Amino acid sequence: MKLTGAQIFFECLKKEGVEIIFGFPGGAILDIYHEMRNHPIRHILVRHEQGAAHMADGYARATGKVGVCLVTSGPGATNTVTGIATAYMDSVPMVVFTGQVPTPLIGNDAFQEVDIVGITRPCTKHNYLVKDVKDLARVIREAFYLARTGRPGPVLVDLPKDVIQSSTEFRYPKAVHLRGYRPTVDPHQGQILRAWELLKTAKRPVFYAGGGVIISSAHKELLRLAERLRAPVTTTLMGLGGFPAVIKNDKGQRVLHPLWLGMLGMHGTFRANMAVQNCDVLFAIGARFDDRVTGKISGFAPKAKIIHIDVDPTSISKNVVVDIPIVGDCKKALQQLNELAGKEPIANVDEIRTPWLEQIRQWRETYPLAYKQEKEGIKPQFVVEKIFELAAEDAIITTEVGQNQMWTAQYFHFTKPRTLLTSGGLGTMGYGLPAAIGAQAAFPDRLVIDVAGDGSIQMNIQEMITAVCHELPVKVAILNNRFLGMVRQWQELFYSKNYCATCLDASPDFVKLADAYGAVGLRATKPEEVEPVLREAFSTKRPVMIDFWVNPEEGVYPMVPAGKNISEMLLV
Amino acid sequence: MRHTIGVLVENQPGVLSRVAGLFSGRGFNIESLTVAETNEPGLSRITLVTMGDQHILEQIIKQLNKLINVIKVYDFRDTEFVEREMALIKVRAEQHTRAEVLRIVDIFRAKVVDVSPHFYTIEVTGDDGKIQAILELLGQIGVVEVARTGKAALARAKKH
Repeated sequence: MKLTGAQIFFECLKKEGVEIIFGFPGGAILDIYHEMRNHPIRHILVRHEQGAAHMADGYARATGKVGVCLVTSGPGATNTVTGIATAYMDSVPMVVFTGQVPTPLIGNDAFQEVDIVGITRPCTKHNYLVKDVKDLARVIREAFYLARTGRPGPVLVDLPKDVIQSSTEFRYPKAVHLRGYRPTVDPHQGQILRAWELLKTAKRPVFYAGGGVIISSAHKELLRLAERLRAPVTTTLMGLGGFPAVIKNDKGQRVLHPLWLGMLGMHGTFRANMAVQNCDVLFAIGARFDDRVTGKISGFAPKAKIIHIDVDPTSISKNVVVDIPIVGDCKKALQQLNELAGKEPIANVDEIRTPWLEQIRQWRETYPLAYKQEKEGIKPQFVVEKIFELAAEDAIITTEVGQNQMWTAQYFHFTKPRTLLTSGGLGTMGYGLPAAIGAQAAFPDRLVIDVAGDGSIQMNIQEMITAVCHELPVKVAILNNRFLGMVRQWQELFYSKNYCATCLDASPDFVKLADAYGAVGLRATKPEEVEPVLREAFSTKRPVMIDFWVNPEEGVYPMVPAGKNISEMLLV
Repeated sequence: MRHTIGVLVENQPGVLSRVAGLFSGRGFNIESLTVAETNEPGLSRITLVTMGDQHILEQIIKQLNKLINVIKVYDFRDTEFVEREMALIKVRAEQHTRAEVLRIVDIFRAKVVDVSPHFYTIEVTGDDGKIQAILELLGQIGVVEVARTGKAALARAKKH
């Protein structure tokens, strides 16, 4: 039996197990929206297509599944580009369907026409323009396969209107045949052995884990190997949650894991940065040596031999030349290293490691992450710590970008993978709220909190109504300092306090705004109000926006000025 | 350093743009680029010449390999290979210079492919050095226009 392109679209989604689409209709994609009533798929209508892309992204990061969004041609498609680039930078599996004008009109500057395949070529893993309905099922099959395998990423499928109106026999390919796509998943045995030899003899090892650990679900293997080798662990922003920052002690209290160094890099902890700068073996796992991590590249980990596992060969020796490259899946590589570590355990590992761990303990005590909450005025770090204290262990935290993001990374102690959703690579303001909605749609019963700034929340604040309409009870904690805080901090430190264009003295009343959207609006202006307000927010089943009036000139510290070695930290 | 790279790609719309975009997006320069179908249906071969140190070249090759439509990348750094370029050169050829032009054409095993009262158009094939040399000699007589194809390259077949 012949099916139309629109029917084939839904049959394909069914085969791929898609439960939710985040989307916004328009002329070019109307046939698919018309067909939607015949299929039991959940559609979440957003208020801006950027929101749809970030929601699909948040859904994907929280679940590990492929996020899907559906938008129309032209402006609908271009509005997703920031969301696509965000997902691309952080290797998030996503398929973006865009409407397109009918094929005879392509290239004629038709109404709402844009070359979205051309526009998104540099920020997608791959993209397609489907010119014949006979290709549609194969292309969708390939798009999902590409999005989720190897190094995951966003794939865009552009659907001309006449293609989704045409009909053909529906055949969903059983297998994908792409001659040029063969990601190396199994690590090279010889390289694994070389890595093990080096790890075995290390005196001052440091594990440096990135988002790859979370993507490949290698967190258990990482913990096991680190504990076996008694090696301290630091992660990138994207790797937070890949190693348990806190564990419970005998009395049931939450304490820092003894091997946990905290995040490293520009706003990393003193001990993490010092450990990396003084280690003799740096073991990088699914991390890409981003400039926010390395600081001045020539001065990064100067005493270390470097091992690097990554499924993407282009990430290896791109920024920092490594001694032992291992192309492959992090989980498989760590499993094999664990096997070797089990077969030939290092004798007296506790004794060997004592001086190094003692040195790290001293660094931690000399310059701990700290702030002082005075009687007056709320410190933003205090809000984040309270959120950590009150939130369940499986709570999902999203952030916007800037100071709110860094304070969350520093003061929320992540213990589980896929519990921090943040725009690491692209640094997209406006990411947090829609990502939280995407995650909440996947996990309606979990607590999902967007830690936001008053600047960044206004970039996609319209999605509050999406949360309200779809009964997705996300909590937005705005650290309202009346500034574009991180930019202001840079102006303070490097631009002689010229606060040009960073003062937001004319912001909306967020409590009234929440009310207008049909959400709950709450406010805390004094330190003693923080906890009760959070308790109230967490106990309500509705979306909540909390306006925390925090100290306007609070900074994120430590901080490594751009271009400096990561040991050259500003500590105050 | 100048390097020649061969890229076997699927013959589909947008593939050349992906390859070229990879270079421009990362600030790598392409000195010359040729592309045409191969003997195998559906496949094209791109030959491109680029500049860069070992580190840049490593990145270029890895990034090319990462493209979904790229079947194979031939890195000619460590292999013997044959490369050729074709140039069409329109040169001024008046009564008193024609014999000299023809002598040069003969020496370079080039061909005159078009003749008019005042100009010859010459077809010449060879490596970079040869094309440069003939251009230099004809330049002294009066080169009017030049069209070069850019290099095509293949690894040498094994002798045994």
